[in-house]
Amino acid sequence: MADIELLPHNVPSNSELPELVEELTTLNLGPTHPATHGIFQNILKMDGEKIVSGEQTIGYIHRAFEKIAERRPFYQITTLTDRMNYCSSPINNFGWHMTVEKLLQIEVPKRAQYIRVIMMELARISDHLICNSILGVDTGAFSGFLYVMQKREDIYEIYEEVCGARLTTNMGRIGGMERDLSTTAIRKIREFIKTFPPVLKEFEQLMSRNRIFMDRTINVGPISLERALSYGFTGPNLRAAGLDYDVRVMNPYSSYEDFEFDIPVGQSGDTFDRYNVRIEEMWQSLKIVEQALNNLPEGPYYADAPEYYLPPKKEVYSNMEALIYHFKIVMGEIDAPQGEVYHAVEGGNGELGFYLISDGGRAPYRLHFRRPSFIYYQAFPEMCKGSTLSDAILTMSSLNVIAGELDA
Amino acid sequence: MLSNQEVAEELLGKFGDQVYDFEEPYGLLTLSTTREEIISILEFLNKHKNYQISFLTDLTGVHYPDGKEREFMVVYHLHSFVHNFRIRLKVFISEADIHVPTATGLYASANWMERETYDFYGILFDGHPDLRRILNIEEMDYFPMRKEYPLEDATREDKSDALFGR
Repeated sequence: MADIELLPHNVPSNSELPELVEELTTLNLGPTHPATHGIFQNILKMDGEKIVSGEQTIGYIHRAFEKIAERRPFYQITTLTDRMNYCSSPINNFGWHMTVEKLLQIEVPKRAQYIRVIMMELARISDHLICNSILGVDTGAFSGFLYVMQKREDIYEIYEEVCGARLTTNMGRIGGMERDLSTTAIRKIREFIKTFPPVLKEFEQLMSRNRIFMDRTINVGPISLERALSYGFTGPNLRAAGLDYDVRVMNPYSSYEDFEFDIPVGQSGDTFDRYNVRIEEMWQSLKIVEQALNNLPEGPYYADAPEYYLPPKKEVYSNMEALIYHFKIVMGEIDAPQGEVYHAVEGGNGELGFYLISDGGRAPYRLHFRRPSFIYYQAFPEMCKGSTLSDAILTMSSLNVIAGELDA
Repeated sequence: MLSNQEVAEELLGKFGDQVYDFEEPYGLLTLSTTREEIISILEFLNKHKNYQISFLTDLTGVHYPDGKEREFMVVYHLHSFVHNFRIRLKVFISEADIHVPTATGLYASANWMERETYDFYGILFDGHPDLRRILNIEEMDYFPMRKEYPLEDATREDKSDALFGR
């Protein structure tokens, strides 16, 4: 076959070529991308592989909790808080209970406080476990995730034993717990304390010094302490940037002052630091659970506040006064004082605040949730500017943005 | 440890009658100010050498439909990590002139919190770089958290439904 000869008139001369235009690519990351781990959208402007700028669109699962709360009696709002950070619902539940208890000035007995601490720290472990193992999945290390999921299942079984639910727990009540820790629950927690360390250790051995994992995460998505504070970072993400702010220590609630634990702090605020802070926090949480369980005080598990705490069923059937209280509480007709209160707890992602204004009615006049994810997620474009798309996914994953908390 | 008294006196000395309605509900120093002064107060507390109240914990709005000329309130919660001191600032504005200066110049975190407040209440933050709705759709033509949009009353009796009777 003869060579095809290009005819002279088919070859465009330089002057005929269209001028080269540099154009940025627009890339939609989300809203239902598997790597966003929730429904929110990022519109990224890409120059080749590098991210030039980004813009987030959120609100895909906005459920207007703050509006709904203005119609609900206090105890029914607990179910709304479940659905914010659903990876650690008990923290949200107890945070809300403590806010109302602060408003009503109820003193919760020590035993209930310790049980709450146990459940909150277990919730923190399951929250961090998810975040770190999913971070591993995003770097390509799938097996670590599968190893630790069994332990999260164990935590959910403990929830189930304590409150009957697994994910949206609705745990506890205003004034204490709805029931005491059963012997099965205590046995399961003890078992967890015994079996969790080897699993976490194995997970650490898989990840922490893994060359590939380190190369993928060190210096990825860093944020300076100054910027982190300006962006309202709290929780593990702020601690990774180098400030030891922890609500549990600074404003102790629910007897956290009784326990001995350390606050891990990072230096550079990059993905690897965030990962390490979360790993260390799991060890510390385990330490707290162990201390709380060993020193679990005897006594009642609910406060002596008959106007606000549902009486035992046996009482309701035999005692007129208990019946009246039961009716009033179920109908939401409790006498709340007027006032405004802000209460914060250390949630899985940072300072989870409840700003409650009560006008003395059956429902809050105004309830605002300070959701840590919502506040720090706005830093994401700045953190991934100039990085590649695959690094941006790791940054997002290590920030642990939970869509339910983001949108409320 | 910083006391409420100390900060209140310092603010009174600096801003005079522009700060008023001092309260301490549940131990948290609360005070009101005007929208003309709010940014200078935020900046004063932020830049203060001793106090360093330089963390914006929360920013939100509240609607008081019965308040004459002060139907809306913007609430700022600030925190000093150095002294572990919290303070709450309130700014009342009227519905007819629903403007507040933005705090985005001081705090990057104010950006979305102000957008959320605008989204819920329609409070306009002057100077905000990108004041759009954030959680609701952009086509929405009302501000849902205002009290004139009540949720359905759970105890109403005027609805009758044979199967799902209320």
